[in-house]
Amino acid sequence: MSMNMRDEFLRLDGLTKTFGASTVVKDVNLSIARGEFVSFLGPSGCGKTTVLRMIAGFETPSAGHIHVDGRDVTHLRPNQRKIGMVFQAYALFPNMTVAGNIGFGLKIAGMGKDEAAARVSEMLKLIGLTGFEKRYPYQLSGGQQQRVALARALAARPSMLLLDEPLSALDAKIRVSLREQIREIQKELGITTIFVTHDQEEALSISDRIMVMNAGRADQVGTPFEVYNRPQTRFVAQFVGTLNVLKGKVADPSRRAVQVNGTLINIAHDLGARKAGDPISLAVRPESVSLGSHEGRESRLHGQIDEVSFLGSVIRVRVGVGGDNTLSLDTFNNPAVPPPVAGSPAEISFSGKDLLVLQD
Amino acid sequence: MPAALRPNRIGEALASFGSAGILGVAPFLIFAIVFLIFPTLGLIGGAFVDKAGKLTLQNFVDLTQPTIVDAYVISIKVSAASAVLGALVGLILALAVGRGGLPSWIRSTVMTFSGVASNFAGIPLAFAFLATLGRLGLVTILLRTVFHFDIYRAGFNILSFSGLTITYLYFQIPLMVLIIMPAIDGLRNEWREAAETLGAGSWHYWRHIGLPVLWPSILGTLALLFANSFGAIATAYGLTGSSLNIVPILLYAQIRGDVLHNPNLGAALALGMIVITGLANVLYLVLRARAERWMR
Amino acid sequence: MRRSRFLPWLGFALGATYFLLPLIATFEFSLREKRDAYSFLAYANVLNDPNFRATFTYSVTVAIATIIVGVVLIVPAAYFVRLRLPALRPVVEFITLLPLIVPPIILVFGYIRTFNSSSFLPLTNSTTGTNILLTFGYVTLSMPYMYRAVDTGLRAIDVRTLTEAATILGAGTPTILARVIFPNILISVLSGAFLSFAIVIGEFVMASLLNRPAFGPYMQNIGANRAYEPAALAIIAFVVTWGAMGMIQLLARFAPKTSARQE
Repeated sequence: MSMNMRDEFLRLDGLTKTFGASTVVKDVNLSIARGEFVSFLGPSGCGKTTVLRMIAGFETPSAGHIHVDGRDVTHLRPNQRKIGMVFQAYALFPNMTVAGNIGFGLKIAGMGKDEAAARVSEMLKLIGLTGFEKRYPYQLSGGQQQRVALARALAARPSMLLLDEPLSALDAKIRVSLREQIREIQKELGITTIFVTHDQEEALSISDRIMVMNAGRADQVGTPFEVYNRPQTRFVAQFVGTLNVLKGKVADPSRRAVQVNGTLINIAHDLGARKAGDPISLAVRPESVSLGSHEGRESRLHGQIDEVSFLGSVIRVRVGVGGDNTLSLDTFNNPAVPPPVAGSPAEISFSGKDLLVLQD
Repeated sequence: MPAALRPNRIGEALASFGSAGILGVAPFLIFAIVFLIFPTLGLIGGAFVDKAGKLTLQNFVDLTQPTIVDAYVISIKVSAASAVLGALVGLILALAVGRGGLPSWIRSTVMTFSGVASNFAGIPLAFAFLATLGRLGLVTILLRTVFHFDIYRAGFNILSFSGLTITYLYFQIPLMVLIIMPAIDGLRNEWREAAETLGAGSWHYWRHIGLPVLWPSILGTLALLFANSFGAIATAYGLTGSSLNIVPILLYAQIRGDVLHNPNLGAALALGMIVITGLANVLYLVLRARAERWMR
Repeated sequence: MRRSRFLPWLGFALGATYFLLPLIATFEFSLREKRDAYSFLAYANVLNDPNFRATFTYSVTVAIATIIVGVVLIVPAAYFVRLRLPALRPVVEFITLLPLIVPPIILVFGYIRTFNSSSFLPLTNSTTGTNILLTFGYVTLSMPYMYRAVDTGLRAIDVRTLTEAATILGAGTPTILARVIFPNILISVLSGAFLSFAIVIGEFVMASLLNRPAFGPYMQNIGANRAYEPAALAIIAFVVTWGAMGMIQLLARFAPKTSARQE
């Protein structure tokens, strides 16, 4: 999605939240375009849910401002913000039918009966639950309940949709199908959406952009492609995807040369202010490492296979290359070729261009 | 391999449980039949026969005599008033303590005290209220000497409908708090938050979600409170002796001295009580089942 | 954005006033036996009354007998219903709820008619028989509470696994019940026991109609004849109730929250 024509919808300025002595959100700045799908990704306790709850209005920021569509909403109550929200544990009203739940916001807004009924059936069609009007929440499966919760959040045509780990209570299969459905509906309606999750695969697969959070801070904001391929901090590199970290020393900063286990490697990345002899952490994804020699992967290291894990379509091999350095790499499972054997010597190859320099 | 460890022996041992199970439950069932069901059924049967042992409905016709009808009316009035007030005040108290953001020690103190007060019924409770609101009670005297307000001149009497109701509230309110608190704890925060994001204020939330969700529990507990005070006698007897004409006191006098001059009329009186407390309890169970269905 | 806490505090304060005033008034009243000064004379009179000692001892004895009979009847029943006879569950639960529907006065009326001198089981003929009848009446009265306490205890432990483990080790059913199940639900059983104690100790109507010299009728008799002693008795009864309930609270802290398997 193009960012140069951006039409800013939500802006967070220096958002900070403290509970007693602990600061759970520190100086978060973010701009979200109209119609954009942004995920907040991070481990539990990183502050992502608190940021979402501040946007919803359940928490008041200790410092900073929230602007929606150019208007400062920092001190508005949740019921004045025109947002739709979906919670982790469904949170459907147990005393109301599916239709009652979806129509609740419409009733509060004073919409006429016929119009509300038409909107409810429109929403049921959208989530594929037409005919479920008269069911009660306890008569629905988890996935169905969460779809009703989504319809309820969208029925009053909110200006923004907030999703607080909406898939984490569901089974793996339903999780994938529902996330695709959420993304489809979001695109269809063009509604600005924030999706909180601790699951990197979820975030990578459905977001326009991802904000990766760690210990209350936004470590990186970028497209899934950027966040995965060009992580800006060690935390992001390790949290998003699997990552091999190699420890080495700077050999010659001007030629971007580093030394790992005695092997000189030229990398594409700028070494900045580092001097020769400084320790350095390099990262490489498993898919960028080959067992044996490989065209275009000019750097080689020798070691021994520590462990072989059969994962189905791929075989993950862990190779110790001396020192503390261990690399994981994936090879495709080929029934005609015997799998690597643990304990046997191995050569690995990769390209210096695929190495990332981690800022500690 | 020791015999006890062989699989077939384990299977046999577990299978023998069926018969052992019946042996384990049998004493309980026999006890319940002999000391609960049989005497009650015998009493119910007694309501349908006359002094000569012949089948009759005359005892139920005789229930319509003014003393007995009066007793039922007063009993139902006291039970209904103490149940409704107890449920209302208990609900408010439970909401204040459970949802009002008060310190947690208050909640635990209230729950512990409720456990004590809901069991502090009977003779001692009557003594306590005589010492408080009797003619020489502390509150009566304080109101008269400090505020120059004589509650007895204003028509209050501890030995009356209003006095009995106030006294019953001392165990009815805590019972309501104890039973309704789990239901209040079952109100999930997300419901309020979801309602808020949908534009609802506090009033909307309670009107459309909070109270409707609690409603079966409230009505059910109301029925239980009614039955609880309808069958109670010790508190009333300790308070008023036999002067207040409520059904259990009338029945007590009948058992003691056959004041109705017809033991089978006493049985009919008892059957009337069972029917009323039974209906109230059935209502309680039905409504509780409905509340639990929602909470799944 | 915090909601005001004024109304909750007001509600709590009004409640506290209603519940504490009678206790304060009763205590104050109980100290007024001497005309000129506060004294504990009423308490001394009560505690030195041989009838007080006799009736209180009698009621404590009946309460303990009630608890023992109740535990012996209810623990095996609840255990086997949970483990082997789930079909009986609704029946047993209905029976344990019956005492809430049948008030004590009805029950004792039924006893007097059923177990009189001309019946198949003339328990009211002898003192011992009447004592047994009173105890059994109290067992019935406390059944809903005892059963619920035991059943809660059984739910918190994994009855089936414990039983199977003990069976594999060669234990017979009585051994399993006494040595494995009972110790694990002891705290729940004790909670039910203290609740039963609180209900039984001052019970009036059954003891009175069966003409037994129990604490409840004694209190009623004092209430009809003395001025300040009843207030002292009310305070003593309140302390006893508080003690029994306090024990339950204390025990609750030691209760296992869940079994290892559920964690």
